[in-house]
Amino acid sequence: MGSLTGGAAAPLVQHNTTPLLEMKGVTKRFGGIAALRDVDFSILAGEIHGLVGENGAGKSTLMKIIAGVYAGFDGQMLMGGVPVHFRSAADALTAGIGMVHQELSVVPDLSVAENVFLGSQPVMAGALVDWRGMNRQARTQIASLGLDIDPTTRMGSLPVGLQQLVELSRVLFSGARIIILDEPTSALSPPEVERLFTVLRRLRAEGRSIIFISHFLDDVLAISDRVTVFRNGAKVITEATSALTKDSIISHMIGRGSIDMHMGESAELTGDDSRTVVMSVDTVSDGNTLRDVSLNLRQGEITGVYGFMGCGQIELSRALFGKIGLKSGRLLLDGKPVRFNSTAQARAAGIAYVPESRRMMLFRTEPVYKNISISILDRISRIFLKPSAERQIADSHVKDLQIRPQTTDTILGNLSGGNQQKVALAKWLTHLPKVLILSEPTRGMDVGAKEDVIRIVKSLAKRGVAVLVLSTEPETILTLADRVTVMKRGHVAREFTQGRIEKADLLAAA
Amino acid sequence: MTSSVDMPAKGGVKRFLADQMRNIAPVFTLIALIVFFATQSPVFFTVANGLNILANASITGIIAVGLTFVILTAEIDLSVAAIANAIGITMAFFTAQPDYVNIAYIPLPGFIAIILTLLAAFGFGTITAFGVTRIGIPSFIMTLAMMQIANGVSAMLVRGQIAYEFPDLITMLGSGSILGLRWSIIVCILFMLVAHIVLTYTRFGRYVYMVGGNREAAEYSGVNVRMVIAAVMVICAMCSGVAGMLGVAYFGSAQQNGFDDFLLTAIAAVVVGGTSLFGGRGGIGNTIIGLMVLGVLNNGLDLISIDSFLKILIRGLILLIALVINVYAQKLKESTG
Repeated sequence: MGSLTGGAAAPLVQHNTTPLLEMKGVTKRFGGIAALRDVDFSILAGEIHGLVGENGAGKSTLMKIIAGVYAGFDGQMLMGGVPVHFRSAADALTAGIGMVHQELSVVPDLSVAENVFLGSQPVMAGALVDWRGMNRQARTQIASLGLDIDPTTRMGSLPVGLQQLVELSRVLFSGARIIILDEPTSALSPPEVERLFTVLRRLRAEGRSIIFISHFLDDVLAISDRVTVFRNGAKVITEATSALTKDSIISHMIGRGSIDMHMGESAELTGDDSRTVVMSVDTVSDGNTLRDVSLNLRQGEITGVYGFMGCGQIELSRALFGKIGLKSGRLLLDGKPVRFNSTAQARAAGIAYVPESRRMMLFRTEPVYKNISISILDRISRIFLKPSAERQIADSHVKDLQIRPQTTDTILGNLSGGNQQKVALAKWLTHLPKVLILSEPTRGMDVGAKEDVIRIVKSLAKRGVAVLVLSTEPETILTLADRVTVMKRGHVAREFTQGRIEKADLLAAA
Repeated sequence: MTSSVDMPAKGGVKRFLADQMRNIAPVFTLIALIVFFATQSPVFFTVANGLNILANASITGIIAVGLTFVILTAEIDLSVAAIANAIGITMAFFTAQPDYVNIAYIPLPGFIAIILTLLAAFGFGTITAFGVTRIGIPSFIMTLAMMQIANGVSAMLVRGQIAYEFPDLITMLGSGSILGLRWSIIVCILFMLVAHIVLTYTRFGRYVYMVGGNREAAEYSGVNVRMVIAAVMVICAMCSGVAGMLGVAYFGSAQQNGFDDFLLTAIAAVVVGGTSLFGGRGGIGNTIIGLMVLGVLNNGLDLISIDSFLKILIRGLILLIALVINVYAQKLKESTG
């Protein structure tokens, strides 16, 4: 009792080199385009295997094949030397492969225990849910990860880091011996990352294997035994972590001399209080998270707002774009008080917004040009659409921002994440907004696309736009911002206007 | 399992089919039904019967046009038939009735009666729009309440009686014909044409599709989502209203429960035609095919001698199959697109 699952009965130490899972010559095409070309990949029992590469390099495709999401591909997949073929994610899970996605699939309104047992609640007398047994088992289950959480707590009341661990325990509970973690640290604060790593090391000691996909190379180096690097749909290298450095991984990833390896470790702030204030946030509260937040956005300046997850930045950005209402305080645009009852009003006033999740502002099944023109349609046409004008405008953005593929009729969902982010930006570039609000503008993006976005945002500021960048990644803030506001639990904790600041300063203030 | 050589081509065809399934399946259904009934009944495949099918579909068609807007934004309107009936009765209420009809009425000149009646339809739509977009009641429940309210209005106005008189213009459009073609068919085609142009070639139409495709994204792109939804609810009520006005003239009478069949038929027409219940896909073209499928089915089943009670069941089964295809097409689209 107290053991995790059937899967935990596996021998604890397996120092042999027979792979638990092996992929041989895997190729996957979408339409005519190869997303993966002749990839060999293997996982040993009891190893943490880091997987890195720019967006669109093929790591997600490979993982979706392993996790049974894509059933059709060329090549072989072997488990314990035996060929296997998964038709669904359920097949893969039965075979002992589970995946925790970047976007958590938890039910916030259910209890922690219900989330652990989601879909497989223990029953008694054939029909009734065995609540006591479920809570007891969930507690054991979670405790085995070294956590002390009351299983009757509402899931949504836990911090994201703990929710993620609960989801991880669900995957473990269902018997997974190979666990795929997609960007597990992107939403976590440093202590949460450390707790996750402790859990992962514990699982490794039990003989389970973990595939750790991340853009955070420091995290990958800290936790992995081996690292595989992808580039352009092919595997570049698989190497023991001890033989790798951050620099060498980056050069494998981008295949060119790395320019900014230490980008975002520190920055020289150049805030200038003599610049005109475009938008002013005056002691704003939303009655929920935000408490008396004040800050000024100045013409031609990039204001960075840094803070951990849940510090209120998201709510701040939504309030400025008319998505959530204010309880108290006011907003001033060009010195005049404004009140936005809808996003349409905010947009009409000259405010542009790119939310943290691309899904929230893009239409996956529509072509690129419709995605770009949607926010300027009223300027192009009064009543009847002018598709040629739409395409022309979209085309100039596609060229300017180097969006690939360079056509305006591609269905958006077929673009890589970085290119989708550029489309999200392009929506607002036809007529320069007064204020541009960017929530997590570079999260989950590869190095190349990140540089492009940074360049675009800086050039917009140079052209006089007041830019607000909100992020939980200090690197993003330090790379972009002219001045920095640090938020903590819904209020402004500290402001940096000028002089040199380090990543450590931000972490210390938040 | 499959050989690797034909993978790309197969993927291409599969993708195309997944893309077009919601458009192809209804067309094939229609062709199959026509072929079947043409071989089973000598009178089915004649011009007279064709016009008969169109006339029968015309009133439903006008309702279905409005519903197409609503369903494209991933909302629903269950009050269409009730509003059509209430508006038809309102039309009669503003018209002088013969002595033997024991109904209270306010006789008004025809064009004023028509304008007031259209305003009443606008009023229904506005109330629905307000409830859905301002108060935030899900359209499913809001329009369920409006259905009851409209039925209540009908009941209050006719009090179990039947009204027979309508303004001349309405009588002509509802039951008259020109050059052998019924006016109701022409009106329905006009509505479809205008709706198709609005949906395909105007900014508002694009907003309708985008709001249906991803409401959150539309909102974060600065589209006034609430306004778009309010507009489609009003458009739908107006279409229902016009259908009600022509409908009572088409039947020759206005009475309680006059439009009872029309809710299911109109929703079925839109969905059978392939417009996505999840919004963002489909259009008037689909609705036309859906109307024809149901029209041909009803007409054909009448012509081949079949148990009239079985007809009801067959209609239900056809709707179920269409729903399966509708949802399946959406899933295919999501997994390949």
